[in-house]
Amino acid sequence: MNIYVLLKRTFDTEERITISGGRINEDGAEFIINPYDEYAVEEAIQVRDEHGGEVTVVTVGGEDAEKQLRTALAMGADKAVLINIEDDLDVTDQYTTAKIIATYLGDKEPDLILAGNVAIDNGTGQVGPRVADLLGIPYITTITDLKIDGDKVTVVKDVEGDEETIETTLPLLVTAQQGLNEPRYPSLPGIMKAKKKPLDELELDDLDLDEDDVEAKTKTIEVFLPPAKSAGKVLEGELDDQVKELVSLLHNEAKVI
Amino acid sequence: MDFRFTEEIESLRSIVRKFIREEVEPYAMEIEENDKIPEHIIEKSKELGLFGLSIPEEYGGLGLDMVGKCGVFEELGKTHNGYTTLIGAHNGIGTVGIVELGNEYQKQKYLPKMASGEWIGAYALTEPSAGSNAANLKTTAVRKGDKYIINGSKHFITNAIDAHVFTVMAVTDPSKGPKGITSFIVEKDFPGFIIGNVEKKMGLRGSHSAELFFENLEVPVENVLGEEGEGYVNALKILANGRAGLAARNLGSAEKLLELSLEYTSEREQFGKPIIEIQAVQHMLAEMSIQIETLRSLVYRVAWMTDQKMRIVKEAAIAKYYGSEVYNKVADLAVQIHGGMGYVQDYPIERYYRDARITKIYEGTSEIQKNIIASELKRQLNRNKVHS
Ligand SMILES: Cc1cc2nc3c(=O)[nH]c(=O)nc-3n(C[C@H](O)[C@H](O)[C@H](O)COP(=O)(O)OP(=O)(O)OC[C@H]3O[C@@H](n4cnc5c(N)ncnc54)[C@H](O)[C@@H]3O)c2cc1C
Ligand SMILES: Cc1cc2nc3c(=O)[nH]c(=O)nc-3n(C[C@H](O)[C@H](O)[C@H](O)COP(=O)(O)OP(=O)(O)OC[C@H]3O[C@@H](n4cnc5c(N)ncnc54)[C@H](O)[C@@H]3O)c2cc1C
Repeated sequence: MNIYVLLKRTFDTEERITISGGRINEDGAEFIINPYDEYAVEEAIQVRDEHGGEVTVVTVGGEDAEKQLRTALAMGADKAVLINIEDDLDVTDQYTTAKIIATYLGDKEPDLILAGNVAIDNGTGQVGPRVADLLGIPYITTITDLKIDGDKVTVVKDVEGDEETIETTLPLLVTAQQGLNEPRYPSLPGIMKAKKKPLDELELDDLDLDEDDVEAKTKTIEVFLPPAKSAGKVLEGELDDQVKELVSLLHNEAKVI
Repeated sequence: MDFRFTEEIESLRSIVRKFIREEVEPYAMEIEENDKIPEHIIEKSKELGLFGLSIPEEYGGLGLDMVGKCGVFEELGKTHNGYTTLIGAHNGIGTVGIVELGNEYQKQKYLPKMASGEWIGAYALTEPSAGSNAANLKTTAVRKGDKYIINGSKHFITNAIDAHVFTVMAVTDPSKGPKGITSFIVEKDFPGFIIGNVEKKMGLRGSHSAELFFENLEVPVENVLGEEGEGYVNALKILANGRAGLAARNLGSAEKLLELSLEYTSEREQFGKPIIEIQAVQHMLAEMSIQIETLRSLVYRVAWMTDQKMRIVKEAAIAKYYGSEVYNKVADLAVQIHGGMGYVQDYPIERYYRDARITKIYEGTSEIQKNIIASELKRQLNRNKVHS
C-alpha cells in the first residue's frame, strides 16, 4: 500500500506565544510535529505494518522542518519529503500548501493519505480536504477509527462528540482526530536509524510550479493576541441571593441567557 | 572548537526529555513512597531503548560515544534518582565490562539481551573488607575442570534485585595481591548464587542495593572476563569509564534543582514581592548557575577526551569529584531557597538533597578521587623531570 502522511512543524503546545513586528515571535521557541499529524503518522505506520507497503511523510516548509521529518522517520516512517519553499515564497496560506502537496502527489498514485484534523497553530483544518479535492479522491475528516479490508475502508468519524460510521473505498484521504491511537515515542535506536533513511528535498521548480501558481488566496490584515483574561468575580452572601445575582449577571452583563 | 551536540544526539535528548517529563516525573512521588519503580515505567524505558545506550549497534544497542551517553545521562538526571540509578548503573558499570573486555562469544551471548533490557546488569566489587581498598578482596575463585568455584560475599551491590548478569571480581591467586584478581560474568541462575539483605538507605529509593553470597558458586570458564589476573585493572577501568557518566547525571539533577528554585522564587512572595527580587536569593540562584555551568564544561570536555582516546585518569577523577560536590552544594542551596518547603516531603527538594549525598561515596569516594588526582599529578611531574 502506498501511504502518504501530511505533516506540519508547529509550535510546542507549552510555548507562550508573543508577537513582534506583526508576526508571531519564533526566537528560542521549541517546535514539534503538529499533535494531530502525530496521530496520522502513528496510524500510517500501523496500517503499513498490517497491510504492507511504504509510508512517506511530506511537509511543505523550510530547512528547520527536517527535524520533525526525522522524528517521523524515527517513529517508523520509511521515507520523507521536504518541499522547501523558504527561498521562493514569503506569504503562504492553505491554498498554497494544498496546491503544492497535490501537485507533488499528482503522479504518485497514493492509496491512502493521512493528515491531521487541524494544525494547532492556524487551526483552519483546510489542507487535508483541499488536497483530496484537487486530487479528485474522497475524504473523511476527524476520524477516530480506521479499518481496511481489501479496497473497502470502514471509518469511524467524530461528529461533535457523536460517532458516524462510514464505508468507502481506496484511494482515500482521512484526517486524524484525537483518540484515533496513542502515538508511539520514536525509539532511540529508531532515531539512530532515521539518519540513514531517505529524506528528499524538493523546490517549486522541481514540481514545475511558479510562484504565481501557488500565490496565497487570502491576506493577513493583522495578528494579535486575545485580550488578557480579567479576574473572575466571586459572589458572596446568602445562597438564594447569590443565585439571583448570578442569573441577573449572566442575563444582563454576559448576555448569555 | 564546537560546543554543540550533533543533530542526532539533540534528537535523542529531546525524546528522552519528553519521555522523562511525561512517563517518569509524574510518578516520582510514588517511587519515593513505595520504594519501587512502577513496572510500566521500566517496560516503556525498555521499549524506548534506554537500556542499550552503551552497547554497540551490532549487538542491538545505540553504540553512543561518551559525549552522546553523557548527553542522555544529563536528561535522565532530571528526575527521581532511583530511576536514574537503575538505568545509569546498567548502562555504566553493569554493561561496560562486557562491552570493553568481553570476547565475541560473551558479547553475542549477553549484549543483545542487555541492550533490550531483558537482562539487567550489575557490578559486584565491594566487600565488607574491601571498600576504598578494593584490592583487599576475600572472595575466592578456584578452578575445577571447566568451571571456577567461587566462595565469598559482596555488599552494597546496586541493581542486585533486578539484575540477571553480574560482573564479579574474585581472587584467583592470593599470593599475587592485586594481580591475583580475576573478573567473571555471573548469572543469577548459576548454582550457588544467593541474594542477601537489601540495604535500607538514606535515599535513592526505588534503587536497591543488596548483599550477595556465593556458596560454591559454579561459573563456566568461558565466563572469565578478560584475562585471569587482570580483574583489578578491569575493575578500575570499568569504574573510570563510569565517572564522566555519573558527573553528567549529577549535572542533570543540579539543573533540575535550579529550575525548581527559579519557579519557586518567582511565585513565593515575602515582604510584598516575589523572593526572586531579593538580592540574597538572587545570589543563591547565581551561585547555583555558576556551579552548574562549570560542571557542564568539565563533563563534556572529559567525555570528548574519552572519545578521542586520550588519557583521562585525572580529568575523570576531577569530574567525578566535582560533579558530586556541585550536586550537593546546589541541593543545599535549593533547600535554603525553599525555606521550610525545602525540608518537607510535599516538595521534591529534600529528596534530591538526600539522593545527592551518595554521589560523594559510591564509585570511589571523594577522598579516593583526590588520591587519584594527586598520583596523576606526581606522575606528570616525574615525566616532566625525565624530559627536561
Ligand atoms: C547505595 C550504594 C550503592 C553502591 N553500589 C555499588 C555497586 O553497585 N557495586 C559495588 O561494587 N559497590 C557499590 N557500592 C559500594 C561503594 O562503592 C563503597 O561504599 C565505596 O567505595 C566506599 O567504600 P566503603 O563503604 O567500604 O568505605 P571505606 O572504604 O571504609 O571508607 C570510609 C572513609 O574512609 C575514607 N578512606 C578510605 N581509604 C582512604 C584512603 N586511602 N585515603 C583517604 N581516605 C580514605 C573514605 O574516603 C571514607 O570517607 C555502593 C555503595 C552504596 C552506599
Ligand atoms: C521542621 C520545621 C519546623 C518548624 N517549626 C516551627 C514552629 O514550631 N513554629 C513556627 O512558628 N514556625 C515553625 N517553622 C517555620 C520556620 O520558622 C520557617 O520555615 C522559616 O522561618 C522560613 O520561612 P519560610 O519557610 O516561609 O521561608 P521563606 O520566608 O519563604 O524563605 C524562602 C527563602 O527566602 C529567603 N528570604 C526571605 N526573605 C528574605 C529577605 N528579606 N532577605 C533575604 N532572604 C530572604 C529565606 O532566607 C529563604 O532562603 C518550622 C519549619 C519547619 C520546616
